Amino acid sequence: MVEILNSLKSHQVLAEEVKVWYKAAPVDRFPIDGGACVKYKDLQIAVFNFDSGKEWYACQNLCPHKMQMILSRGLTGSCGEEPKVACPYHKRTFSLKSGECLNADEERILTFPVKVEANHVYIGFSR
Amino acid sequence: MKKIIVIGNGMVGYKFCEKIRKTFDASRLSLTVYGEEPRPAYDRVHLSNYFSGATAEDLLLAPRSWYEDNDINLLTGELVTAIDRENRQIYTHKGKRESYDYLVLATGSSAFVPPIRGVERHGVFVYRTIEDLNQILTYGKKIKKAAVLGGGLLGLEAAKALLDMSLETYVVEFADRLMPRQLDDAASDILRMKLTTLGVNILLGKATKEIKGNGKLDGLEFADGTHLDVEMLVISTGIRPRDELAKAANLTIHERGGVLVNEQLQTSDTHIYAIGEVACYQNMIYGLVAPGNEMAEVAIDQMMGAKERIFKGFDMSTKLKLIGVDVGCFGDPFGSSDAVKPLVYKNENTGIYRRLNVTADGKYLTGGILIGDADDYNILHQMVQNKMKLTVAPEALLVKTSAKEEGGAPGVESLPDEAVICSCENVTKGQIQDMVRANENCTINDIKAQTGACTGCGGCTPMVSDLMKASLKSMGKLVKNNLCEHFDYSRQELYDLIKINDIRSFSTLIKTNGKGHGCEVCKPVVASLFASIYNEPAIVHDTIQDTNDRFLANIQRGGTYSVVPRIPGGEITPDKLLAIGSVAKKYGLYTKITGGQRIDLFGALLHQLPDIWEELIEAGFESGHAYAKSLRTVKSCVGSTWCRYGVQDSVSFAIRVEERYKGLRSPHKLKGGVSGCIRECAEAQSKDFGIIATEKGWNVYVCGNGGSRPQHACLLATDVDAETCIRLIDRFLMYYIKTAAPLTRTATWLNKLDGGIEYLKEVVVKDSLGLADTLEKEMQGLLENYECEWKRAISDPDLRSKFAHFVNSTEEDASLSFVDLRGQKMPAAWG
Ligand code: SRM
Ligand SMILES: Cc1cc2nc3c(=O)[nH]c(=O)nc-3n(C[C@H](O)[C@H](O)[C@H](O)COP(=O)(O)OP(=O)(O)OC[C@H]3O[C@@H](n4cnc5c(N)ncnc54)[C@H](O)[C@@H]3O)c2cc1C
Ligand code: SF4
Ligand code: FES
Repeated sequence: MVEILNSLKSHQVLAEEVKVWYKAAPVDRFPIDGGACVKYKDLQIAVFNFDSGKEWYACQNLCPHKMQMILSRGLTGSCGEEPKVACPYHKRTFSLKSGECLNADEERILTFPVKVEANHVYIGFSR
Repeated sequence: MKKIIVIGNGMVGYKFCEKIRKTFDASRLSLTVYGEEPRPAYDRVHLSNYFSGATAEDLLLAPRSWYEDNDINLLTGELVTAIDRENRQIYTHKGKRESYDYLVLATGSSAFVPPIRGVERHGVFVYRTIEDLNQILTYGKKIKKAAVLGGGLLGLEAAKALLDMSLETYVVEFADRLMPRQLDDAASDILRMKLTTLGVNILLGKATKEIKGNGKLDGLEFADGTHLDVEMLVISTGIRPRDELAKAANLTIHERGGVLVNEQLQTSDTHIYAIGEVACYQNMIYGLVAPGNEMAEVAIDQMMGAKERIFKGFDMSTKLKLIGVDVGCFGDPFGSSDAVKPLVYKNENTGIYRRLNVTADGKYLTGGILIGDADDYNILHQMVQNKMKLTVAPEALLVKTSAKEEGGAPGVESLPDEAVICSCENVTKGQIQDMVRANENCTINDIKAQTGACTGCGGCTPMVSDLMKASLKSMGKLVKNNLCEHFDYSRQELYDLIKINDIRSFSTLIKTNGKGHGCEVCKPVVASLFASIYNEPAIVHDTIQDTNDRFLANIQRGGTYSVVPRIPGGEITPDKLLAIGSVAKKYGLYTKITGGQRIDLFGALLHQLPDIWEELIEAGFESGHAYAKSLRTVKSCVGSTWCRYGVQDSVSFAIRVEERYKGLRSPHKLKGGVSGCIRECAEAQSKDFGIIATEKGWNVYVCGNGGSRPQHACLLATDVDAETCIRLIDRFLMYYIKTAAPLTRTATWLNKLDGGIEYLKEVVVKDSLGLADTLEKEMQGLLENYECEWKRAISDPDLRSKFAHFVNSTEEDASLSFVDLRGQKMPAAWG
């Protein structure tokens, strides 16, 4: 799992510095106000949309609590202004903006830039 | 203007800077900090997170810019080499010289390396700085097997790091038990068992004689003649205060190391203070952050002229999560005085150990040890700290507080106002109460922001939250049963709102009656309400369902799912048994007979679920709703058809009842049972509704529960005929569905119902509220809407396409792995 995290980290990037915009899938393949998992190389990225597809977020699919590939199947929601996802296993919740764990002392998760163009969802990576 | 120099930019040195700048800005004092390490102070306590993904950046206590913004002259990578006390100056290894009014030694400690033959070999490391960790990470890539020398607190942390690196991991401890300074033998045994199951090999009572190898190490040799082959060794055998500077400057040093300080934290030179792990106060080196932080604050007050605050020593209680096992020890863990009697609870199956030391008169708690489950650590620790008199029999404290309604450890209300709730930031109960009293709308976040509570180690958060609720309650404020931050309504209020306004989607509901985007609490509740009101299949509202309801299966370790077809009353034909067998075989599923008289098939991948169900449905099965808050099973005994004692046909009746209520959504799961006679082989009295045959008809019982808090069902009606029996259960279930709080089983619901079973009888049997007709009609409506949701899911291509791990690939999740168990498969251990 350490390798998975390191590999994820090496692909992470700020929105302004994206090198690769990966064309993941058409918008309508994603459940409305929910999540799905995208495969990019050997990485698993959880992608979520809010407000009937107006807001999009992406993060690692791996839950740091018990190292489960699962966050894309979690319930989305908000905590104050912060958009979040709850892991289905033990309900650790993570901010989809900062990646911070909001209700326990877990590792921060990695987040990735997302954009929608011509009805396709793109995820940004550094390589 | 005073000039202060701090030597050492570690955790305590940083705390000193943070606290002093809160009150004294650059116009009043100049502050220079020297740190030997290349980066600004970082969180050593959470150092191990570096192995599980945190970066050096993440660990920083504050970024470099913080020091600039606060006019602190921070010089990292610069070692102070000498102190000239006469001229009040220091020298650095770069040859720089600087004068001070006050000097603060916050040089911490280094790892103690025992003089064992061969310690200089390659592959031997210590565990203290980020640089150490980098070396361990690099070296660890090349090898398979590693050991930690020392089974103390830090040693076990280091072992966790080795595990995270996927190395075969050993812990070698000289003493006969783990964490010898904190734990007794029994606690060590339990911890050892747990760690062993997690994959750490533990060797106790081993004196290491030599670190063998040629250049790099290849093994350890012990005094008892045994040998352990390892390729890397992490030494964690204690700490050594870094008092070398002080010693050279002729400050008084303790014979076992550490710079001697008085209660003002002054060293033998009144212009030099020492704080943190380098300071020795009354023969003690405090190897923890909290006492170091307290020292920093006292030193500031003393230096800046507020003389009242002094250092009075510090409690060494600790609570940690070691490799996923809770460990807490507080007060005097060993009960070292004769006047103290230990009480012990030990459960080897669950790995839980609780030792509480109580004074001989049984009136006070003096300390204790908690392994496996330390949820009560905070309150027990407070009881010791505040010398609170016990209000219950000491034995009651052995049971976890949350596992019972009353008795046991007292709640936060009983603490005195001076009780320190957050020891990292020194926040008392009184301060938190005052905040809540001044502003009844204040939230945990406000308390965090204003007092700093919960911002250190975070261990006090549950207590602060309890305290907030208790304070609100004491003000007569209704702690409203709001679902969560998104809805100012209880479940029952939402039930009415949805029904009256005919609301059919979560987004409409939250737009009209709530705020934000919802969350993992309110979404499943609303989904359950839609189901209870309209009996729509779960899959219609899939993205507001918990994962089990979203994918119509129970999620299990590794992200696989289990499949449970309905087997009404537990009766099954040989053909159907064969069908289950062949499906299980085809998809490689682990099979087990459940406690609910049916068969569970485990280990299905998400995309296999529709295919598996297609075959099961073909063979005549339906969803068993094992994933849903809905009817599970109606257990039956064989009854009068075969049994020589049976007085009614319990199997036929159980099947009829199960067929009737299958798919019915409710606040929590529902279980039933039908027994053919008074011997009660179906255990109907432990079910939400239980039916027991009599010579004249059936006795109806309600609100029983198995599970963690078993409760016998109460008699609702006697000797009724089958039709009446069903009518009563209709009314009972519908009344429960409409009024219970989310995730409340019927037993708990009844316990909270004013008037209890007598009242329930009035409503359900005597119809005192005149509701009976409505309840029956509503139930009828729900039952008529039943459909097997799996049947719908497999026949609708859109729904079916949701069962895929990836949206953009048909591949399987490569991270899944299974191991063999008695000829079947099971998931590999938690990652
Ligand atoms: C499979 C089974 C154990 C077995 O191998 O026998 C089981 C397995 C689970 N039980 Fe159970 N329970 C099973 C019979 C029971 C029984 C015995 C019974 O029904 O006669 C009880 C005690 C009776 C009762 O409920 O009153 C029982 C009391 C619980 C509880 C505690 C409920 C309570 O009110 O205290 C939970 C937790 C919960 O529901 O919140 C639970 C939760 C679970 C979950 C759903 C936990 C989870 O979320 O993963 C397990 C799911 C396994 C799966 O994937 O299918 N299970 N569970 C049994 C399935 C019965 C079935 O055919 O549907
Ligand atoms: C892996 C690990 C886990 C831990 N877990 C916990 C825990 O769970 N709970 C807990 O309470 N405590 C824990 N501790 C202990 C805690 O980290 C220490 O108590 C704390 O860091 C002490 O702070 P300090 O500032 O006194 O020393 P340090 O943090 O060691 O800082 C001292 C700094 O001074 C520098 N220095 C020394 N000499 C000089 C010099 N001459 N010139 C310039 N710089 C110098 C050093 O390089 C160092 O950076 C843990 C420690 C480790 C290593
Ligand atoms: S008792 Fe039930 S919930 Fe607990 S492990 Fe067994 S099956 Fe799972
Ligand atoms: S695995 Fe995600 S919360 Fe436990």
